[in-house]
Amino acid sequence: MTLETVGFGVVATALLASSLAVVLTPNLFHAVLYLAVALVATGVVFLLLDQPFLFAVQLLLYAGGVVTIVVFAIMLTERLVGERITQTSRYLVNGALVAAAVFAGVVGFLIQAPAGAPRAAQTIDPTASIGRALVGPFAVTFELLGVLLVAALLGALYFARSEE
Amino acid sequence: MIGLSAYLVLAALVFSIGLFGVLTRRNAIGILLGIELMLNAVNINLVAFARFNGDLTGLVFTLFTISITVAEVAVGLAIVIAIFRVRRTVEADRLDLLRG
Repeated sequence: MTLETVGFGVVATALLASSLAVVLTPNLFHAVLYLAVALVATGVVFLLLDQPFLFAVQLLLYAGGVVTIVVFAIMLTERLVGERITQTSRYLVNGALVAAAVFAGVVGFLIQAPAGAPRAAQTIDPTASIGRALVGPFAVTFELLGVLLVAALLGALYFARSEE
Repeated sequence: MIGLSAYLVLAALVFSIGLFGVLTRRNAIGILLGIELMLNAVNINLVAFARFNGDLTGLVFTLFTISITVAEVAVGLAIVIAIFRVRRTVEADRLDLLRG
């Protein structure tokens, strides 16, 4: 048991447990908090894969941004005071069957696949390489992403504006 | 040493859990949370393949998917709020204006 194995086990357990809590907890507000835990655990998986920059992006955008917006949306659409914001689910058996079938299909492909090469030591600095790639071969895509973000910002403003 | 397949199985599990949430939640925000989980699983796959194959493209692609997901969540929640203003509910089963 190396340190990496132990770390992967702990992170995987935390990620799976919080993901299950996201879809199973009846209180929607608690589900968002569990989602934050799951997103941070995903970031730690990125750290295990030697990507500290993606870990930082994951924390800033997902755990910081997405969770905040979702909390605001819940506060706007649910009555927090008074009745509890409990949610009932539907099609529990069918949903579990479909999810299990998808998982079985993916794992079936994984079993057939040849075992990949073990991970080689990281030779390049991933953060510097990502930075150079973003302004080099991926520069046009990077600019298009900026256009998309502006369009999303304007679209969100348009949908959520007040009727005056 | 953890192999590539361990990361892929973990991502497949998270993806299935997110799919279960999308299928079973009644609340539109709950469905969005399930979609978030599924997109996260895809990101784990991208980073794992990029790391094990020594290819930078997967990392850049992960950056793009994270940004696009954030934009998608912002627009999706704005639509949820707009629907709530009109119908006073965000339960997906009761949004049946287009049903003939």
